[in-house]
Amino acid sequence: MPKRNQIIDSAISQEYEYGFVTDIDQETIPPGLNEDVIGIISSKKDEPEWMLKWRLKAYRQWLKMEEPDWAKLNYPNIDYQAISYYAAPKPKEKLKSLDEVDPELLETYNKLGIPLEEQKLLSNVAVDAVFDSVSVTTTFKEELEKHGVIFCSFSEAVQNHPDLVKKYLGSVVPTTDNYFAALNSAVFSDGSFVYIPSGVRCPMELSTYFRINAANTGQFERTLIIAEAGSYVSYLEGCTAPMRDENQLHAAVVELVAHKDSQIKYSTVQNWYPGNPKTGKGGIYNFVTKRGICLEENAKISWTQVETGSALTWKYPSCILKGDHSVGEFYSVALSNNFQQADTGTKMIHLGKNTRSTIISKGISAGKGQNTYRGGVKIMKGAENSRNYSQCDSILIGDQCSAHTFPYIDVRNSSAQMEHEASTSRIGEDQLFYCNQRGIPMEDAVSMIVNGFCKDVFKELPMEFAVEAQKLMEVSLEGAVG
Amino acid sequence: MLKIKNLHAGIDGKAILKGINLTIQPGELHAIMGRNGSGKSTLANVITGRDNYEVIKGSILFNNIDLLGMSPEDRALSGIFMSFQYPVVIPGVNNTYFLRAALNAKLKHQGLKEINAADFLRLIREKLNLIQMDEKYLNRGVNDGFSGGEKKHNEILQMLTLEPALSILDETDSGLDIDALKIIANGVNNFRNNDRSFLAITHYPRLLEYMKPDFIHVLIDGEFVKSGDASLAFELEEKGYSWLEA
Repeated sequence: MPKRNQIIDSAISQEYEYGFVTDIDQETIPPGLNEDVIGIISSKKDEPEWMLKWRLKAYRQWLKMEEPDWAKLNYPNIDYQAISYYAAPKPKEKLKSLDEVDPELLETYNKLGIPLEEQKLLSNVAVDAVFDSVSVTTTFKEELEKHGVIFCSFSEAVQNHPDLVKKYLGSVVPTTDNYFAALNSAVFSDGSFVYIPSGVRCPMELSTYFRINAANTGQFERTLIIAEAGSYVSYLEGCTAPMRDENQLHAAVVELVAHKDSQIKYSTVQNWYPGNPKTGKGGIYNFVTKRGICLEENAKISWTQVETGSALTWKYPSCILKGDHSVGEFYSVALSNNFQQADTGTKMIHLGKNTRSTIISKGISAGKGQNTYRGGVKIMKGAENSRNYSQCDSILIGDQCSAHTFPYIDVRNSSAQMEHEASTSRIGEDQLFYCNQRGIPMEDAVSMIVNGFCKDVFKELPMEFAVEAQKLMEVSLEGAVG
Repeated sequence: MLKIKNLHAGIDGKAILKGINLTIQPGELHAIMGRNGSGKSTLANVITGRDNYEVIKGSILFNNIDLLGMSPEDRALSGIFMSFQYPVVIPGVNNTYFLRAALNAKLKHQGLKEINAADFLRLIREKLNLIQMDEKYLNRGVNDGFSGGEKKHNEILQMLTLEPALSILDETDSGLDIDALKIIANGVNNFRNNDRSFLAITHYPRLLEYMKPDFIHVLIDGEFVKSGDASLAFELEEKGYSWLEA
């Protein structure tokens, strides 16, 4: 009989399904970063003067900053001069409709299971497709416009809604916030922009699908979502990349602004290429800054993330609870299999009175994977009667992986109520045997147990994506049991 | 159906079973009795193929197929079921979902069509009735928040649903009050027929008052020291185990 441990190992390794490369005419600028390169990016996008100035200011600040090294991540130094900061499918004039999108590109998104023809779309999901540095198309635009909702690529927003962009860009994540945010601010190429007017409940899920295709390029996208008073929006992002032997850098910034009585629900299913499962070669370095602010009272921001891809993940979606009675939530499943390393968590900063936050984090380590939860809860002086509940659970599959938990708590108001629970356990031999004894094979047993472990997070995802997330767990875990 | 020959087995290098011989024919219910630590559960674990248990020598044939080379799931799929002494909790995995996955694994193995959710719900309601179990247990996590008795009900529910050829009942009576014991025993009795075999493991003769065994084997220190028919249970109740010890 094969050793059970080997069966566990083989149950969580499977080929990366989205590793193909699209053969398309691309326009790429040579590797390297300086003020001229930023000028080129800005002019490619036909940006106004203020945007270029903003980028250059960020770039000059970035030059003075140091790459952070406090995360529990091991990787060789990144040569920022070896990366190309802009890649785009060769433009054919301006796109008027989807008919003019390169068929190769449409085929790429079809292969990824994201058809862009509206009649084929999941009902009630509008998609913005970002391919390398640019947005390819945004669906359901007209339908959304009827409700006054703006959903477009970031570049379009700079052209068409400059006042909104000027007002909010950098208002939640300032250019100097951290090394990667500063870099992003200097070179970001595209991303999504969402504006929900007062009192509007966005009639469909909004979704952005990010795809890195070109070799040796970084992807730096920028997302800005603004929910006016009393509005509601649910937004989802998905990501994949080809299999390549070199590591590729992805450094995104997401800013959310929630006004009075509004709610923003932001979900991520991150499945960037994790690197070769046997050698650990290649894979995406994922350095992401995500932050939302509940500006006024009763605002609510929920982050839900399922992080199964990337060689490295450095990501802490956070909430600033400024308005009284505002609510912040963070639900996370992070899986590191084979050679993947994840250092992820959240920060909840309570400023207003009666603010509440909830943190549910589920970490899964398999193979030689390393999984770290890093979370901070800060209750400031004025945050009377604030509450936080944190629960961080880790599960280990096999005996070469590790899990770490670093909760930081800073309370400056004695009326605060804090609850923290944490657990780490090995995937139960007992549970596996129980499933096997009922005829359920090892691979199915592992994915069943892990999915059960993640249930509290999956139930926060929009329906269609919850199903996708479950399947993704099965694929990402394949080969982990053995 | 089950043929165990000169079985020596143990765990962590320590021999626990020291030459077990046992033949169970279709339709028979055999009971194994003995004190704690005599090797009763080891036998159940070796038959079902639990990791960490080593077979030192001997053989186990199930329907003339050598069990010892098979994985636990293949043994289960070939028709061996164990009602666990300590049923395992699997949080977040819906009890109905789990049981349907198990049934579908079996149907698939037999080359049959998998059962859909609606048909399964109909089937499972019938089975629940047989052991007077409340429907609310279907929507919880597997054994999650179940009392000891509820867990045992859940095990028997699984047995009734999966319809195994050989059911091993490992201390199914422990944790049950007398009313629950009667209900469970009744469920098992109604499930008995000429094709199905049972191996009931217990400390107490009480279970066997409700579940008539064809044979009883007394296990002491890894060996069967006495075998007999149902009347042996009463003798044991009267005299205990000490008169059988060397």
